[in-house]
Formats: sequence, C-alpha cells, structure tokens
Amino acid sequence: MDANGILQIVVFVALICALTPLIGGYMARVYDGRVTALRWLERPLYRLCGTSADDDQHWTRYTATLLAFTLAGVLLLYALQRVQGLLPLNPAGLGAVAPDLAFNTATSFATNTNWQSYGGETTLSYLSQMAGLTVQNFVSAASGMAVAVALIRGFARRSAKGIGNFTVDLTRSVLYILLPLCILGALALVALGVPQTLAPSADATTLEGAKQTIALGPVASQMMIKHLGTNGGGFFNVNAAHPFENPTALTNLIHMTAIFLIGAGLTNTFGRMVGDVRQGWALFASMGVLFLIGVAVAYGAESAGNPALTAIGADQALGAWQPGGAMEGKEVRFGIAASMLFSVVTTAASCGAVVAMHDSLMPLAGMVPLVNMMLGEVIIGGVGAGLYGMMLFVLLAVFIAGLMVGRTPEYVGKKIESREITLAMIAVLAFPACILGLGSVALLLGSASIQDAGPHGLSELLYAYVSATANNGSAFAGFSANTVLHNTLLGLAMLIGRFAVIVPVLAIAGALAARRPVPVTAGTFPTHSGLFITLLTLVVVIVGGLTFFPVLALGPVAEHLSLASGLLF
Amino acid sequence: MSSSLSTGSPSKGPGLSWITRRVLAEAAVDAVRKLDPRSLIRNPVLFATAVVALVSTILTVRETTHLVVMAQITAWLWFTVLFATFAEAIAEGRGKAQADSLRRARSDGVAQRIPSIDAVQGDSVPAHLLRTGDLVVCTAGDIIPGDGDVVSGIATVDESAITGESAPVIRESGGDRCAVTGGTRVVSDRIIIRITANPGESFLDRMIQMVEGAKRQKTPNEIALTILLSGLTLIFLIVVASLPVFALWSKAELPPVFLAALFVTLIPTTIGGLLSAIGIAGMDRLVGFNVIAKSGRAVEAAGDIDVLLLDKTGTITLGARQAAEFLPVGGVSERDLAEAAFLSSLADETPEGKSVVALARTRFSFPDPSREGMTFLPFSAHTRMSGVSLSGISWGGVMTAVSEIRKGAADAILKSIGERRSLPTALTRELTAAVERVAKAGGTPLVVARDDRPLGVIYLKDIIKPGIRERFATLREMGIKTVMITGDNPLTAAAIAAEAGVDDVLAEATPEKKLELIRDYQQGGRLVAMCGDGSNDAPALAQADVGVAMNTGTQAAREAGNMVDLDSDPTKLIEIVMIGKQLLMSRGSLTTFSIANDVAKYFAIIPALFITAYPQLQALNIMGLSSPQSAVLSAIIFNALIIIALIPLALRGVRYRPANAATLLKRNLLVYGLGGLIVPFAGLKAIDMIITALGLA
Repeated sequence: MDANGILQIVVFVALICALTPLIGGYMARVYDGRVTALRWLERPLYRLCGTSADDDQHWTRYTATLLAFTLAGVLLLYALQRVQGLLPLNPAGLGAVAPDLAFNTATSFATNTNWQSYGGETTLSYLSQMAGLTVQNFVSAASGMAVAVALIRGFARRSAKGIGNFTVDLTRSVLYILLPLCILGALALVALGVPQTLAPSADATTLEGAKQTIALGPVASQMMIKHLGTNGGGFFNVNAAHPFENPTALTNLIHMTAIFLIGAGLTNTFGRMVGDVRQGWALFASMGVLFLIGVAVAYGAESAGNPALTAIGADQALGAWQPGGAMEGKEVRFGIAASMLFSVVTTAASCGAVVAMHDSLMPLAGMVPLVNMMLGEVIIGGVGAGLYGMMLFVLLAVFIAGLMVGRTPEYVGKKIESREITLAMIAVLAFPACILGLGSVALLLGSASIQDAGPHGLSELLYAYVSATANNGSAFAGFSANTVLHNTLLGLAMLIGRFAVIVPVLAIAGALAARRPVPVTAGTFPTHSGLFITLLTLVVVIVGGLTFFPVLALGPVAEHLSLASGLLF
Repeated sequence: MSSSLSTGSPSKGPGLSWITRRVLAEAAVDAVRKLDPRSLIRNPVLFATAVVALVSTILTVRETTHLVVMAQITAWLWFTVLFATFAEAIAEGRGKAQADSLRRARSDGVAQRIPSIDAVQGDSVPAHLLRTGDLVVCTAGDIIPGDGDVVSGIATVDESAITGESAPVIRESGGDRCAVTGGTRVVSDRIIIRITANPGESFLDRMIQMVEGAKRQKTPNEIALTILLSGLTLIFLIVVASLPVFALWSKAELPPVFLAALFVTLIPTTIGGLLSAIGIAGMDRLVGFNVIAKSGRAVEAAGDIDVLLLDKTGTITLGARQAAEFLPVGGVSERDLAEAAFLSSLADETPEGKSVVALARTRFSFPDPSREGMTFLPFSAHTRMSGVSLSGISWGGVMTAVSEIRKGAADAILKSIGERRSLPTALTRELTAAVERVAKAGGTPLVVARDDRPLGVIYLKDIIKPGIRERFATLREMGIKTVMITGDNPLTAAAIAAEAGVDDVLAEATPEKKLELIRDYQQGGRLVAMCGDGSNDAPALAQADVGVAMNTGTQAAREAGNMVDLDSDPTKLIEIVMIGKQLLMSRGSLTTFSIANDVAKYFAIIPALFITAYPQLQALNIMGLSSPQSAVLSAIIFNALIIIALIPLALRGVRYRPANAATLLKRNLLVYGLGGLIVPFAGLKAIDMIITALGLA
C-alpha cells in the first residue's frame, strides 16, 4: 500500500459521499412525481400501456406487471438472438445463438445480471447488442429501482392499499434518471477517447507489418448504462480492461462513480421519502463500513505480493520503478489500488464489469469479491436491488434488536410482524439455495468446466454461481460456463436470485403500506445511531458468514493458507 | 403476594425456590414423554434435532470403526433434545403445582338451586350441573358453586383459595362488588347468586388452564421468532447437505455423524430449546404477581404499551384523602371550626372522617366526649352531607347548647342553608374563596356549618403515594406516557397531576370519555393499558390493548379485560408492562446468544472436518483443540450443556432495569451478543481438555 493508492481510494469515497445526497434528493423528487419536464412524453406512453400516473397498484398487481414485463423481455431477447442471422445491422455476419446460450443470455440481461457465457464481439450482432442487450440494460435496471421505490413507499405510506404503479416507476426511472445520466456520461467518455460508432471494425497494420482487426462499435453509450445500471455486460470480452472501454484513470473513476451513484443515492432517497434523512445515512454507513473493509483486505492482500514468487526470488517490493505487489492479471495503466478498488466496487454493487482478472487475484483478494456477492449484494448493491436486499437484513436486525429491548420490533414507524419476517426469510433463503444447492449440483455434474485443481478450482465454480445468484455477472475466469448444463443452471440461479427476492420484497411493501404508523417514543430504539449501524453490519456479516464459511474454508481460505506454506496445486 | 409501588423490578418477584427435587423428578419424566413427535413438531428446531439424532443412531448402530466417538456424539444429540424438553417440563412444573391447588378449590359439592329470588324452597343439584342463569342460595360455610353475580343479600366471602389473601371481602347485590367466584367460601350471612358461567368455563377453570399452559397458544412475536429460527435451520440444512459435494472436490472425507453434529450445533438449539420455557415462565411471573392473563398475547402486548391510563385514587394517591388544614371564615376561630368538624366526624368510619378527628386532636387536644345526646346523621348520597345533632352534651366539663352541625360539599351545604336563610354576600364570597383555594391546591374542600352558619372549610388533601414521581419518571424514560384518570374537576386534577408528575390528565372522567380517549390514542398508533373494576369500565377495558380487571370488580369488567388482578391493586399495571418487556427481552437476548455461539463452533468443527484434505487449515483451530474427534465432541457437548446452563435464566427472565431502548440494546448486545461470541471459545476449550484428559476422544 502506498500514499498514492490510498489517495485514489479516498478521492473515490469522498466523491460518492458528496454525490449521494444530490442524486438521492433528485430521485426522491422523481418518484414523488415532482419532476414534470417530460410529462408530454409520459402521458401518451401510459395511455399506450393502458394505465395512468395516478393508477395506484396493489402489491399483487405491481408484482404481476413486473413479472409479465420481465417475461416479455426474456422472450423477445431470446427470439432476437435466435434469428439475428436473418436481421440487419450484422456486419460480421454472425449466425443464430445456441438455445441454451440464448436462454442464459436472455435471463442474464433481463435479471440485471449480465453474466456473459460468450464473447460479445464474436457472438452477437450490433442489432442484438443495441435492440436487445442495451434495452434490457435500461429496463432491468429500472425494474430494480422500481422495486426499491415500491418498498420505500411501503415504509412511507400510512394505511394505504397501493405501493405505486410499476409502469410509471419504470418509465420515470428511465426517462428522468438513467437516460439523462447516460447521455451526460457518454459524452464525457467520448471526449476522453471512448469510441462511439456504427462503423465496422477497423483494420490496422502493425509495426511488424501484420494485419490486425480492431473491433469498434457504439461503445461509450453502452459503457455508461452498463455501469449506471450495474449491468456489467461489456462491449468487449475483456470488459473495462479494454483500452476502448476504459482508456484513462479518469474514465476509470467515472466508471466506478457511475456504478455506485444510483445505489448509494437510493439510500438517501429512502431517508427522504420516509421523512428522516438520518435513516438513509445509517444504511449508507453500514454499507460503507463493509465496503471499506473489503477494499482494505483486497488492496492489502495484493500489495503484499505473491509469496510463491518471492520464494523464487522475484522482487515485488514497492520501489521508485515499480508499484510492488502482485501485478498478475492487472492492467498496468491502473495499477493495484485502482484495480482493487474497481474489483470491490463492481462486486459490491452487483455490476460485474472488471478491469482486472479476478481469477488472478491473490486468494484473499479474490475472496473479497466472492464475499461481497455472498452477502447478498447489499453493499450499495445493484440499482434498487442493493437497497431492497439491505432492507431484508434491516428487518432481521430490527426484529432481534426489538426483542432485545422488550418491544414488538418497529422500523421507521412500522411494526415488523411475523408476515414480514416470513417473507424476509424466504428471500434470504434464496441465496444459499442457489449458491450452495445449485452450486453443488453443478460441481457434481459439471466439474469438467473447471480449469484449475485444488481449492482455486472450487473458487472458480463457486464464483460463477455466486455471481449468477447475486445478479452480479462478473466472471472469475478459469471456468467454461458455455455448456448446456451450466448455461441452464446459471440461468436458473439468476432467475431465482432475482425473483425469489423481488416477490417477497414487494409483498413486504404491500403489507407495510397497509399498516398504520406507530409514533416514536423513548421506548423505540433509534435506527440511525452508531449502535444500530454496528448491529446491522454484524447481522449482514454473521448471516453471510455462517452460511458460507465452510465452503470459503475449502476455497480461498485453504488456498491462502496453502500458498503461505508454499503448497501449490 | 401483594405488590406496592415501591416494588422494584419484577424479576425480584417469584424466584426459583419452587424448584424442588420433586419438581425436577417429574420434569425428567415429562421430558421423555415430550419426545412424542406430535408435540416435537410444534418446535421446528427441536424436531430437526430429534430427526438428526435418530438418523445418527441408525448410522452408529451400523458403524464399526469410529464406534466410541460416534456413540458419544449420538448420545449427546439425544441429550440436546432431552435438555430442551426438560426445560419446558420444568417451566410447566410450577404451573402444575398451582393448578393442583386450584383444583382442590373447585367445588364438586351440592348447590341449593331455587326457581326464583323469592322462592323459599329449592332443590339440591350437583355443582357441575349448574348452567348460566340458575339461581343458587349460599349461606355461611358454603362453598360458592360457580361464578356469578350476587342478586340479593350481602355476605363476607373468603377468597383465599384464589387470591391467597386471607382477609374476607364483602360481596353484595348491585353496584361494583357483586361478582363472586366459584370455589370461594361464604363466611357470614346469606346471598342469592345468579350463575354466569357454565361448568368448565368458569374463572377457576380458566385459571387452571392458564397456569397449566394447556391452552397455550403461540403469541405473535413467538410465531415470528419461530419462523426466523426455522429459516436459519433451513439455511444450515442447505449448508450441511451441500458440504459433502464441495468436500468431495477437495478430497476430504466427511463422516456423516460429524455432519450431523455440525448441523445440530449450528441450528439455534439454545433458543429453540428454551423458547417455550421462556414463554411459560413469563406467564408464571405474572401469576406470581397474582395477575391472571387470559392469553399470552396480552402479556406480549403489555411490553409494547405506550400509554398507561391510571386511576388517580388508589394508584397515584392513597385511597383516602387526609384532612390537612382547617380554614375558618367569617371571623370564626380555628378552634371552633375544628370542634364542629371533630364532633361531626366522630361516628364517621371512613378514612377521611378519621383523619378529621385525628387532625383536630393534634391541633387542639380535644378529649373524647361521651356519645350521649349525640345523634349522628350518616352521609347520604341524596343530600351529600353528613352531620350530628347535639342536645346539650357534656364537652370537656362544659355543657354545650343544643345545635346542628353539618359537613359536606360546598354547594350542598350552601343549598341546604339557602332553603332557610340567606347569607351575607361577604361571607359567601369568603367561603367561595377558601373553597377555591383548596381545589386549586389539588385538595377536596369540605364545608362545615353549625346551625346554618358556615364556619369554614376542611382541606382534605390527596396524599400522593411515596415514590410515585420517580416511577413515572422511569416510565417516561422507557417511552411510556402516563395519563391520570379522575372524576375531580380540571383544577384539582391538574394540581395533583403536577404533583405526581404524570404526563397528562383526564379530568371529570366518565366511562364514555375514557373510551374515547383510548380510541384517540389507538388511532395515533399507540397501545393503551388501563385497569378498571366497574361495569361501566367494561367497554374501555375491552377497547384497551391491555385491560386489567380488578378481581373485586364486576363480572362484566372481569369478562371485558384480558387480565385479572387478584389483589385488585391498580398500581400493578406498571409491573405488568415490565413483565411483558422482560419476556420479549429474554427471547431476543437468548436468540442473539444462540446465533453468536455459532462462530466459535465453526472454528472448532471446520478445521476438524477438513484437516485431512488441507492440513494447513489447522491454522483455523485457534482454540488448539486436541483432535478432530474431540473438537466435534466438544462442540456437541457444549451445545447440549448450554441449554441446561441457561434454564435458570430462561425461567427467571433476563435482568431488566427500566431504561430507554438505546441503553437496553447496548447492554443486552454487550452481554448476550459479545458474551455469546466469547463464552463458547472458553467453554469448548474447557470441555476439550476434560474429554481429552478422560480419554473419551
């Protein structure tokens, strides 16, 4: 670790802290219907969908609309991939995508996972990328934001029947939040050197005289939405490590900020909408603590270098001529600090874009992304998903804390009863069921896809299933996911990981909205205090830790301890 | 046991002295009986443990190599289940003993049934054949055959069988003291009772069911907690069931019994095993305070109370007012006023009357006069006055003239005088000023007149119970608002409220106003507790979230409330709230403890399971347990023993000192969270050293 690296991290954290109340306040205004600039566009859209801005939906209708919308998206995307060979905007002449891969990709983008079992530039036509993936990049992100807002309304409303209107929330998320930010960000990226063109690949002649094909495309626009919407599906196979996706340290900072922007802002939106901004900051603080711990562990582990290389005499010390530490798998343009920061950001926030190969990280540094996702993507998390995921843990923390002070638990004025606890437990169960359940089936039947032996191999498979369940989409590499078995199982994991959480969350929103608020007294324990932040953080860590400690012990922990004693596999 | 306002924490209430060798022996038998799957299934955590123990038994029987360790693990798995059922059985033991003594009170005798109130002749029927609406006659020495209302007569009744209070109480027809309870004994006189409960539904029956826990239903928070614990159990089931696959990749051999042990130590058996014991013990603590809750839900709701409606008289002030001062008017000397007040109160047996006599004696050392020539006029609700007619009595050696003395409420006295003569305006004004002065100070003014001439005012002062101010301050800190309910006028009420330190006051209260107040608070999302005894309290008692009916009250009130206080002590509301809170806190704290324990267990078992595959994982064995076998065995033994160790805590409830929520949370997190994290590390190491020394693993 060096001062420069730490400074980079501090700048990023300060930027997020400063932007959170700004974007959070703006989003609160958008979802309360107080931003009206595009009403002329909204109204005909709602009429087309047979609804209107003041058609308040019961949670069951809200959920049904969301599920129908997502299903339609999956089917369309699947169809598009299957017939892309017959459609225009296909300069490379790519053929139909195989059924299992098309299913996997369709669910992947519709669930805001953006797991890619394929190489983007060699599998999908421009049309599939733009009309298929990019559209889903917007609407899957907007769906997540809608669910989060519906849940916030559950807390904020009093004795209400409805939790908002999905179509309206979705439309406003896209029109007022995602699109404007994307346009602004994309222009900035273009200015900083990211290509944005519909021209086919460029041919170049290298110094040796060889001919090289350089893939181009509408990169800048997809960059912005892949980060803002925590999608993560890159334009190029190597994702944000590609110099056209991420040319400079400044674009790198823009990428990372975009990943956290909406997720962090939603905590503030929550605080504002329930009428107590401190509640939002408490969630933000708890997420922040977990994030900083992750950064410290990952950065520390990489900076320490690889003992196996030290053993054969390699110099990994920090010096005037080298950054020190384990540089394998990192972009030299970004170095260890920025690479690790990006790795933690992208896995904390369910984005999945990468600038460094996670497969090449030191065992402990590689464990941080794993743990970030295993905790349920609640450290800022996917847009919307982070907030509603964190709310599940808030409910559990509040329940236990409430009992400990001798009262029926309550949170921001709503009593938490057995219905909410049941629903929260169902949602929490989705993670171990998919990661450990589907993961163990995959290991039994599909271990051939694993590249390395020993604990690292286990991490490779585990990472894929964790990434899919958590709707993250980042890949560890070293795992050939493009098989019928894994495409199918991973697709299932993405679906369950998304909707086994969303449906209970919306049910919770409905139950809470109908409830009458309880006044705050000295008997109510404060949920904005340091004590509660600590408790919440501990609940997240303990639930995640207890669930995944055994398998982590067999994976990264065993690898780390073996490496330390000089044992390689 | 009686309770007073100075009684501190409810945990000081019933201790654990009732746990005798006999209770323990019976509980041990019951613990085995409770292994019945039909009763185990009510507790998912325990049920899962029992299933695992069964599977492990089968595996052990078929095992040949690691038999010694496996047999021990299996045995401890069974002990885990047994210790949990034992905890529940012990908690029930106390209720059983109480139920037995109550059953003895239940009358199986013969009742004298009569066809109508005026009937002279009746027929003898067995008590268990009496139905609602039957009329029965009870005379001195009879056991009252069932719950009912006195419709005729007055009698003293010994209710010690139910309340434990040996002094007999008066029960009479009409008014608020007409309710009698089956199983109590008439000590004197004769009453006619209309039966109000069918056999099996009487108060006594319900009490027996209550203390036995026969009709125990899970309370809302208990259900929520059970769901949370079941969810955790499912998570750990997935963790443990998938582990062999991941271990296979790592070429680690996992003995199934080790996996069984891992599963049982991870699932929250500690809280799962003690959950029902905590609930039963909470109810018992109430019973120990002589309060019968009709449901566990009511006890739980008590912990959530935000507003306490407290009757002024008897709760905030001592039941009786005390004469504090004589305020003469119109140039009368204080001595003359005191003399008139003294003479008119001689026959007054009420505490107020006695206090007037006492005050006059202290001030002027009046001798006790002979009662000859005195005709006392008892207080009548019609005239709202009492008094005495003197016809030349000897008074301290002096013969006094014939005269009439009256005392009573100012308006009543003035009205009575006004019928015969008109008073000078100055005198009326002076009298009114004195009356108002007393009222403003929170007192009750009594005007004394002699021969139609007002002498002055007796200042009857409400005596605030000692220590009540501090109690209210504590409640405020707990976030509970206190509202004083009184029939006094707003002026008097406000003065007393200020002195007692209540947060709000409802003056000139009527049953309707009370009901409306409760609804208002509930509309605002608050939970309200109150107590009451009269029939007109019934609607409010039913509306309140926690309604405590006084046992001396009417049948209607006892039906409407969800708790009955056998001591009829309204101050107990405060204890009831604390018991409710303590119940929830015990559950929450032990849940935290139970989950925190898992961390240490992982550090014992995970290295033990995987050490063959990755010897480097020895680094995780931070406790330095001697072998994989002893590590697993230590974990399962600790897991079982901790249940036994925590039974006293579950029965007594966690220590509760009133404080605000943040303070409570901090303390309980520190004790049960941090404690739960650290204790097992020490415990596991100790057990490991013992079993290694004994050569058990």
